[in-house]
Order: sequence, then structure tokens, then C-alpha cells
Amino acid sequence: MRAVFPFSAIVGQDDMKRALMIAAVDPGIGGVMVFGDRGTGKSTAVRALAALLPPMRAVKGCIFHCDPDADAGACTPDCPSRTSRAAPKTELVATPVVDLPLGATEDRVIGALDLEQALTRGEKRFEPGLLARAHRGFLYIDEVNLLEDHLVDLLLDVAASGENVVEREGLSVRHPARFVLIGSGNPEEGELRPQLLDRFGLSVDVKTPATIVERVAVVKQRDAFDRDPEAFVAACAQADAAVRDRIVKARARRHRVDVPEAVMERAAALCIAIGSDGLRGELTLIRAARAHAALEGADVVDMAHLRAVAVPALQHRLRRNPLDDVGSAPRIARALDELFDT
Amino acid sequence: MTATRPDPWTDALAAARLLMIDREGLKGAIVRAQPGAARDAWLDALRACAPQDAPLRRAPAHIDDERLLGGLDLAATLAAGRPVASRGLLAESAGGVVLLAMAERCPAATGARIAQAMDGAHPRFVLVALDEGLEAEERAPDILAERVAFHVDLDGVRAHAAPQMGDDDIRLAQVRLAHMPPANEALIESICAAAAAFGVGSTRAVLFTLRAARAAAVAAGRDTVEERDLALAARLVLAPRARVAPAEPEAQAPPPDDDPAQTPEASANAESAADRLVEAVQSALPADFLAQFLEARAERRVEARSRGAGAAARSARRGRPLGARAGTLRTGDRLDLVATLRAAAPWQPLRQRESDVEARVLVRREDFRVRRFVQRLESTTIVVVDASGSAALQRLAEAKGAVETLLADAYVSRARVALIAFRNTSAELLLPPTRSLSRAKRSLAALPGGGATPLATAIDHAAMLAQSERAKGRTPLIVMLTDGRGNVGRDGEAGRAGAESDALAAARVVRAAGFASVFIDTSPRRRPGAEDIAREMGAAYAPLPFVDAGAVADVVRIHAPTRR
Repeated sequence: MRAVFPFSAIVGQDDMKRALMIAAVDPGIGGVMVFGDRGTGKSTAVRALAALLPPMRAVKGCIFHCDPDADAGACTPDCPSRTSRAAPKTELVATPVVDLPLGATEDRVIGALDLEQALTRGEKRFEPGLLARAHRGFLYIDEVNLLEDHLVDLLLDVAASGENVVEREGLSVRHPARFVLIGSGNPEEGELRPQLLDRFGLSVDVKTPATIVERVAVVKQRDAFDRDPEAFVAACAQADAAVRDRIVKARARRHRVDVPEAVMERAAALCIAIGSDGLRGELTLIRAARAHAALEGADVVDMAHLRAVAVPALQHRLRRNPLDDVGSAPRIARALDELFDT
Repeated sequence: MTATRPDPWTDALAAARLLMIDREGLKGAIVRAQPGAARDAWLDALRACAPQDAPLRRAPAHIDDERLLGGLDLAATLAAGRPVASRGLLAESAGGVVLLAMAERCPAATGARIAQAMDGAHPRFVLVALDEGLEAEERAPDILAERVAFHVDLDGVRAHAAPQMGDDDIRLAQVRLAHMPPANEALIESICAAAAAFGVGSTRAVLFTLRAARAAAVAAGRDTVEERDLALAARLVLAPRARVAPAEPEAQAPPPDDDPAQTPEASANAESAADRLVEAVQSALPADFLAQFLEARAERRVEARSRGAGAAARSARRGRPLGARAGTLRTGDRLDLVATLRAAAPWQPLRQRESDVEARVLVRREDFRVRRFVQRLESTTIVVVDASGSAALQRLAEAKGAVETLLADAYVSRARVALIAFRNTSAELLLPPTRSLSRAKRSLAALPGGGATPLATAIDHAAMLAQSERAKGRTPLIVMLTDGRGNVGRDGEAGRAGAESDALAAARVVRAAGFASVFIDTSPRRRPGAEDIAREMGAAYAPLPFVDAGAVADVVRIHAPTRR
């Protein structure tokens, strides 16, 4: 296993880092869409975050590394949690990060009949796909906008329901598949259908660092890492542990974080002011604000938390006027200023 | 700037050498050349630097995933009666070189798989993509171009004998490289500045330059990176990625003073080093044609960016696989082997029992599964707008608005939009078929208007574009936006009569080819002339005296070929 570039050593890209951390705290937010050019560290950040997360307790011997508490009884009948009467044995596994390659077939994504078993033993067995491997982890899709539409639909559907239902080739399997979907893409290579975009919880733009100073810092870190990965990772271990600590604490704290009525009203007013469609924007906004507040160690969501997540939670949900050159982010910023500075 | 243009062949050989010194850091090269002596010589040079026992595997561009990444070896599994895994070509090439032949034909999906393997935990292979593309848009997948250090262009380069390093020298250099002290800040800073000057945004490119410079230093037997190493690295890595011409030193804005900690001298040093680096890169670009070259390249980049969508369209022409269905094998149907075996698998124990034939797998007729595809119809709307006469600017602005409105729909309907404007004696393709709204906005920022009306030329142009779109498997729709009063013939001669007969002739070509078309008549009063042309084109005729973007877009939507 090759060392992974440490999360805490990523220079800049604060929006992306914050969005990823929020998704890690509350996977229910529904994934992150990252827009940006190649070579801006999108996949590095995803891998780094997953590597930093604490190992998860999983049922030993379960191909879906299912959660002994949350998935008990919900996993496939082959899972040890259902076959044995006693409490299943558990093991610690790392948070998975699964890459979905562009050309992946439906077979490989949702799983299929295990041909090996079928041919050699005549047994009908389910061979789990990428969705099974991504359970409780991250599913990363580079260049989501080039992915076949039917696959994106399928992914979003599973991501939203947390369950993968396979009905094909005489198989009838359902297994838990809760993962944080992270998509990346370059808007110049063809845009994403708005209805797909809307299903991502957060959306952030990453850019090439603007200043030479920042670029030099990026290159220096990366070069130091490539020269001696182990030493570099060791040097960042403490900072990474601090981030891990924040996420772990925020996960526990999230449920206790209070959202005052005034903040909810302000969130609703913001969504109305910018004209975002549907309620999903508001719900995500509140959830993201709560996760963000939890990360900050607060017990109550305040306006600053709301502000911090407004752009990533809403910028991809605005109905766009194609003739308007102003991007979504400035429109939200304007609405924020009007709402908050009065 | 006085740097002489370095010999491209010497540079190309240097790329091969550096690649073999730092295989993990530099990852590979794209070699753009037609098959021939120069490319063979380059590959020989690469082989000469490679370790003796290193595998060199050739992968065809249409390699399938099983072979590329490994999987169940079906033939061996059936023969042995137990699962036999096969290693993929990439795994077999560990420690060696993968030659991707005809990389310009490589599907985006295969490129993505290879890229994933390169990013993954066990790459350890060097990728050499042989790109034989002739036209700008025929290129190795961008996703691979991004992930290899060198883009070597051997077109028109003549190989000549040059001293090369043997693999012993390479090993020596590798040892030296391993003990090299880390790069100093000024070095990184000058590379970053040079990359910024050429509009190279990717961090990978900067890192590749740094690695290449270090490899160049050890190749020359030095322990510190000197300016010429840096210059070589910049020529090899940054020059092919350049997207903009650097600003002239005089015109350059003063560098932002955001680093007060740095002493003025150090900063000035780094700055001048960066300038020299920029010169080095420039010297690698054809000196006289720098401007055009960069323009063409910028064009190409844009092309490349939109190509992603194009690649998807290519696969779409074959249709997305809709799974397999039971069927007999008629001509033209493709057997889905894996699905067939899956269908046969559950019956094996039963069939083995009742059959007296000795066979590992008994496949019967009812097991046959045939592939099915869904054809996705993609369409291209070609908007042809009359930019002549007094109302030109208004018409252009509305046409532009219509194009953008149509593009805003495009991601729902998978449609492309192109815009041709015509005035004086020519028709110009202002926006090549695209699905990208941001690109349309860029190209349509400024449109000139006024002058005579070369209607026939415009129709010819539209028909040509429609033809080429059809050849790519898309359904074209031509939308004319004019008052139909041509006054310049095909030959560029002014004269109403000649112009009108030419326009009618051009219109007939459109009808004969069977292109769907819409004729939006923008003249204030209906005239027979415009209707005649519309009729000869076989176009739907829509008089729209007060052009506005929304109405144009509506007309197009009504007449657009049914999608899906």
C-alpha cells in the first residue's frame, strides 16, 4: 500500500476541504461535486480525507464490510450477522475509497452473477460490484460529466436510498450501499444535467492557485512527499490527527447541535431570495450548517455558519438564465449581503 | 532573446533518457509522429536506456478491460474447470514500458483505466503513447496527456546519430538522483512563474518540470540543477503545454508584492531565472510563428476540451449497451460471451449428468445471448445568421441569444449548436459544433456585422458542416436567419440576379442531401424570394419580422429532430 498524501498538507483549496469534511461528518448531505481543471488536487484531497478517517468497525467476513450496529439484519443473507445467532465478530477496516472508471459497465458498478462460481461449480452467487466496495466510504468519479447518463442516474439513486437492489440474471440481491458520492468535472467539457447536479449535496469550484507563492508551496509539499512519503506522512501525522479528531467529535456532536428558529428563517429567506428550486436546497443548507457548526465545536448554529456553507450548498441549484454572465456564487453572495447586513 | 532554437531531435532523445532515469516521477511520454524512421529511432533509443530485462508490451488502442486489467481467463478456466485468473497487461508490464499503439484512437474509457492504473498503488510502468493523429482533434486522450511528463512531437524531425546513454549510465544516474538534495525554493519558484506565464495551470506539469530538471542534472553527472537543466526540462514539459503567449517583459505587470519576507535580491534572482526559463520555452517553440502557433494550440486546447463530449458521442453512435437478450446468432449480431456463459452456468451439473459428451461447459442454443445497443440520437443545430446590412447587429445579437438559449437546453437534449455568420463575400464558422455554453460565450463575445449578403456561400457552408456532422453520426438541423436577399454570388461577384440563382442552387443541394432545415425570414414584409429559397431547401418557413432570441429558439425546438 502506497502512502497517501496527508490531508493537512494540502495547500489552499479551503472550500473543497471544508465541503469534504462536512460530507464526512454527515454523509447524509449527499455527496460533493467538485468543478475544476485537471491537476488541481481533487482526487488527492478525496484520498487524503479517506485515509485520515478512523478505521470503521465492520462485521468480519461480510463482503460488504457492513456496520454491526446500523446494518444488523439488513445485509444480505450470506452476511455473518444473519447466519450466526451469536453477535457477529467484528474487525477494523479502513474507510474505502472506490474509483469509478469512466468506462465502467453496469455489471461492474452494481454487481453481477459470479461467473467463476457459476461456471466451475454451477452455483448462483452474487459478485459484488463497486457500490458494495464503496459501502460506508467514498465513491469517487472523475469527470462525472462524461459518464453515461444511465450510470449517473443509477448512482444517484443508490446514493440517495443507501441501498443497492440488484434484479438481474436470476439474481435478486439487496445490500446496503451508503457512501459519499464525490464527483469531479470540468464544466468546459460539457455540462451536467441540472437534475443530476441538484442531487449532489454540495458543490465547490477549485482553481489553480492564483499566486506564485501559493503554487510554490503546493509544489514544495508534493515534492517533499514524493521524495520520502513515509517521513512526510509522519511529519504531518499530528496535524492529520487533529483533523481526524475534529471530524470524530463533530460526528458525535452533530446530533446535539441546535438550529435556532431565526437561523432557519434566514435560510428560508435566502433560498427564496435567490430563487432556488424545491426544498432540497434548504434542507441541505441547514444540514451543512449544522455539520459545519459541529466541526467548529459550536453547540448552536449561528449566522456565520450558515453563511460559510451557503455557496457550496446552493450554487448549483439556481435556475440559470443562460444569457446572464454572472455566475451563481456572486448571486448568492449578493443575496447574503442583502439579507445579513440589514 | 537570443537563444537559438535547440535541435528537436536532441531534445527528443533527452526526453527518452530522462524518462528512463526517473521512471516513477516522469511516468511516460506521448510521441506524436507518423510511423517512420524517426519514431523507430526514438523507440530504439528508449529501449537502449531501459534495463535489459524490462518488459516492453505493446497495447492496441482497442484493448479490452479484461486484457488490460486482468480478470478471469475464460479459455483457461473452461479448459481447467477451475478459475484461472489472468494478469492484465498493465500488471505484466510492471517495471517496464507499455506502448500504447495508435493512441489517438484510444477510447476515453480505456484512457481513463490506464490513467487510474498510473495514479494507483501499483503503476510502476512507463507509458509511451504513440499518437499518429494527423489532425488537431485526433489526439491521445487528454487524461493520459495530463499524466505523462513529455509530449514529444517528431513530425518533420529527422533522426541523426547522437551519443546515448547505456543502461549502466542510467543506473549510475539513478543512484545519483536518489542522493540529490531537495530542490531549493528559488528553483520551484522560477518553474511556477514560467508555468504561469504560459498559462499552464496543472500542478502535475510543474512537478514534471522539476523532476525532469533534476534528471537532466544527474544525466549530465551533476548533483545540482543548473540553468541548462531547467531550460531543457521546461522545453520538454512546459512548451508543449503552453496555452498563452507570455506577456512581454515591458508589458508585464509588476509581480504582486505578497512576500515581504523575501529579500529583494533573492526575489529578483528567482524572477530573472523565471524570465530565462520563459525564454528557453519560447526557444522551443517555432520562433517566427510563435503567435500563430500559440493561437492554433489554444484552438486545439479548446477543441480538446470539447472533445470529451465528442468522444462520448462516438461511443453513443454504437449506442450504449442495453444488456444482452436471448437470441439466435444472425449475421451482424454480436454474441455476448460472458452473458451466454452466465446463462449456461446454472445448468451445467444437470447437463453434464444427462450428456454423454465430454465437455467442460455445455452451451446450448437457448443460452445464446446477443448484445443490444441503444442508439442515442444526437443532433447538431447549425444556426446560419445573416450578418450583412443595416439590421445586422441586432440580428446577430438575437442569434447569439438564441444559440445560448439552445445550449442551455443542450445538456438536457444532448444537442450541439454551431453558428455560421455571413457577410461581404464569405461565410465564417464562428462557433464550431459544441455543447459547452461557456465556450459559446467566449467565441461569440464580439461579432462584426454589415456589408453585402453572400447567401449562396452561406448555404454551401452550412451544407458542408451538416455533411460532416452527419458523418459523425449526428443529425444536423440547419437554421437560416436571414431576409433571403442575397446580393453576392458564389464567385464573390456582386449582383442580385446571379446571387439569387446561386442561392437557389445551393438550397437545392441542402434538400437533395436531406438535411432538415428551418428558414426564418427576418424581412419586415413577406417576399416571394425568401419563400422560394425556403421551398427549394425543403425548409420549414417561418417569417419572424421581429427577431428575438426566445422566438428563434422556440422555432428551432419545434423543428428539431426528435431526440432519443
